[in-house]
Amino acid sequence: MGILDSKIPSGPLADKWTKHKNDINLVNPANKRNIDIIVVGTGLAGGAAAATLAELGYNVKTFCYQDSPRRAHSIAAQGGINAAKNYQGDGDSNYRLFYDTIKGGDYRSREANVYRLAEVSGNIIDQCVAQGVPFAREYGGMLDNRSFGGVLVSRTFYAKGQTGQQLLLGAYAAMNRQIHRGKIQSFTRHEMMDLVLVDGKARGIIARDLVSGKIERHSAHAVVLATGGYGNVFFLSTNAMGSNVMAAWRAHRKGAFFANPCFTQIHPTCIPVSGDHQSKLTLMSESLRNDGRIWVPKKMEDAVAIREGKLKPTQIAEEDRDYYLERRYPAFGNLVPRDVASRAAKERCDAGFGVNKTGEAVYLDFASAIKRYGKEKAMTSGIKDPDEATIIKLGEDVIEAKYGNLFQMYEKIVDENPYKTPMMIYPAVHYTMGGLWVDYNLQTTIPGCYAAGEANFSDHGANRLGASALMQGLADGYFVLPYTIGDYLSKDIRTGKIPTDSAAFDEAEKQVRDRMEKLMSGSGIHSVDYYHKKLGKIMWNKCGMARNAKGLEEAIKEISELRKDFWENVKVTGTIESKNQELEKAGRVADFLELGELFAKDALQRNESCGGHFREEYQTEEGEALRDDENFKFVAAWEYVGEPKDAKLHKEDLVYENIELKTRSYK
Amino acid sequence: MKLYLKIWRQKDASSPGKIVDYTLDGVEGDMSFLEMLDILNEELVSKGEEPVEFDHDCREGICGTCSLQINGEPHGPDRLVTTCQLHMRKFNDGDTIVIEPFRANAFPVIKDLIVDRSAFDRIQQAGGYISVNTSGNTVDANCIPINKHDADEAMDAATCIGCGACVAACKNASAMLFTSAKVSQFALLPQGRIEAVERVQNMVRQMDLEGFGNCTNTGACEVECPKGISLTNIARMNREYLAATLKG
Repeated sequence: MGILDSKIPSGPLADKWTKHKNDINLVNPANKRNIDIIVVGTGLAGGAAAATLAELGYNVKTFCYQDSPRRAHSIAAQGGINAAKNYQGDGDSNYRLFYDTIKGGDYRSREANVYRLAEVSGNIIDQCVAQGVPFAREYGGMLDNRSFGGVLVSRTFYAKGQTGQQLLLGAYAAMNRQIHRGKIQSFTRHEMMDLVLVDGKARGIIARDLVSGKIERHSAHAVVLATGGYGNVFFLSTNAMGSNVMAAWRAHRKGAFFANPCFTQIHPTCIPVSGDHQSKLTLMSESLRNDGRIWVPKKMEDAVAIREGKLKPTQIAEEDRDYYLERRYPAFGNLVPRDVASRAAKERCDAGFGVNKTGEAVYLDFASAIKRYGKEKAMTSGIKDPDEATIIKLGEDVIEAKYGNLFQMYEKIVDENPYKTPMMIYPAVHYTMGGLWVDYNLQTTIPGCYAAGEANFSDHGANRLGASALMQGLADGYFVLPYTIGDYLSKDIRTGKIPTDSAAFDEAEKQVRDRMEKLMSGSGIHSVDYYHKKLGKIMWNKCGMARNAKGLEEAIKEISELRKDFWENVKVTGTIESKNQELEKAGRVADFLELGELFAKDALQRNESCGGHFREEYQTEEGEALRDDENFKFVAAWEYVGEPKDAKLHKEDLVYENIELKTRSYK
Repeated sequence: MKLYLKIWRQKDASSPGKIVDYTLDGVEGDMSFLEMLDILNEELVSKGEEPVEFDHDCREGICGTCSLQINGEPHGPDRLVTTCQLHMRKFNDGDTIVIEPFRANAFPVIKDLIVDRSAFDRIQQAGGYISVNTSGNTVDANCIPINKHDADEAMDAATCIGCGACVAACKNASAMLFTSAKVSQFALLPQGRIEAVERVQNMVRQMDLEGFGNCTNTGACEVECPKGISLTNIARMNREYLAATLKG
């Protein structure tokens, strides 16, 4: 296997993690005080890792581009976090969570990693409750659960529609405790510009203070990248405006393999695009699919009338509605996994049944849930023979208690009341399963460089299940990385402080300065956003929900040309030595212009459809994804050798010893 | 619609700032306030001028990064929204809009409309946590039953996004609503009671050190808070503080 050794421990699946923890080397508490670790990114994975590493005794430096660690984009996760607690007594177990995640990922993730994730999931909930995370509770004081797509149990813990916020504030609080103790030095409004390798090992970073523009050198014995995903390569996505791939891409250019870049999640329930001015897309939590029913008009003339504003959705009779998910997937109905729901929406809209003036939207309707809850509430409140208006009023109160903030957000953006008329939704880029290749220890192919959370490729295969991102981020940060990294650092106890005046730091800093100067010296024709939007259009049209070989080949060529144009003609105002948001954006877009090309190349080589990667050439007669286990049961890990289109492919074969590979069916 | 913008421009923390006038045409009601500024910036960049810098990130009202004092109100005229969720349909053709940074001594201007809110982080660092290690070796989550009403109230307090609108709205630039939201969240939970005495004292001490003013119960903070954090949290913090002081 050579360089792509996944280092999966031997032994039975359920014992691997325990065995591994017993086998790896530890660093004694006195020595930990002499070891420095850099953590880039302070979301769930980075924040949790930083706090835990500092508690263990390491000296930690954290970096985030935001003005506070609390603002990392994990905060925007709405619906919940999965854990195999089986509090509902509905037959859940570590094995079931493991199984659902592997199946949900369309059999493109590692068994051992996913089992470990399931194994530590329960601990996450215990930990967060101990930290004061205010999860939703039942009247008896116990924790409440709800259900998410792709599973048949209720294992999702939540804090209204702001679960990510509450979990992130928990990790932020744990960080704050360590900042207060002096064990974490927090660098905010700082961006990692490059990774520094000394003798082949990650030994530090070059960072830019975004306020002063000053370039800084920071050294450490290991560097953890927890910098999130690269969804913004599409320009329009549910990611934050600042979310970017720079740290991961800089590491990739220094030798870290980039895995499965084409595995991208298009989330089915987002607010549709309204116009060209649009800067980002807003997610409506998957949890809404617990109670909302998705439909489009059954008759073409109704769809046309709706688009022209002549008909309202509430005027369409029940029998004239096509609840297409319930029709196609009776077993899972509206709660099919995200990739399946997204493709089904696209299929209906492409066939001409889309609503909204753009024709790119479907309805998410709460009318029947409002009635159902209203009747239930009337019963428990002792109201006999309630009239329709009372039922609806009571039902709306229940819905408001469950999803109030989401409904409010929808109303503010779309200017329609979703209690009275169905929401309009359409798929949007949301999460990236691909990322830096890591082994079982979360180490990249660069010794001493680790990747955690969305930044790595590890646990979700070709499609992530809802409420699993928060689980993975915190699992990596709290419970996996702080221990596996010790094995590597145990060899560094005599190394001493890493100097920053070495030739390696000189060279890395020079490269960073040269690159910024080059960005500033473009001929100044088009703005950074102009290029970002152009890239986004190529990505969405040719690397989006459905891809084909011809389109992907075109995309590779077009992105390569756009990148050349960018470097010659981009216009960046201001100076390097001051606060300069245009320069920040330019650096990020420059890397997206490389990643986009690799993304298309990866999608082109994967001649199968699986999870979020749907190749039009590979589908069943019913339009379902056609996976090819014979030829593509591997992780595609790309080595940087210059131009992204020349990247070298390394394959990590996926071995399934505990799960039988099956065609994924939610029918 | 056509708008007349009066925007605070300031090169950096040490330079003086001033209001600069801009006229912007072609603004649509479906645009968010920040998308309107994006268009202005695109125009400025095309003219080779430096764009107006403002803080923003998630653009869905949860990260707390965006700020802006719009016509004298933090996050503008709409209620229960952040600036990024404020839409231009709230304005009319021909309107003049004054856009300034959040104003407070404890929030120094960094550039244009961007202010430094790190004082909030330092208040949290002083005690906004439960001192439990993240080892995972705690009790099972359901071994700590919590009354649903208390849990819901703790959640309501915990939804504070730390944007600083409360400070910007307050004539005294007080940070009581922000600080009390965190104190309340933990005061309402059994896990948080253990350190309640030290927490409220340490956080209030840090709040005072940062130069925030005092609360005079005017209630502007509650009105302007995009997350609807209630003034009762301040009352709770005062009770907690008094009790802590009496305990010594």
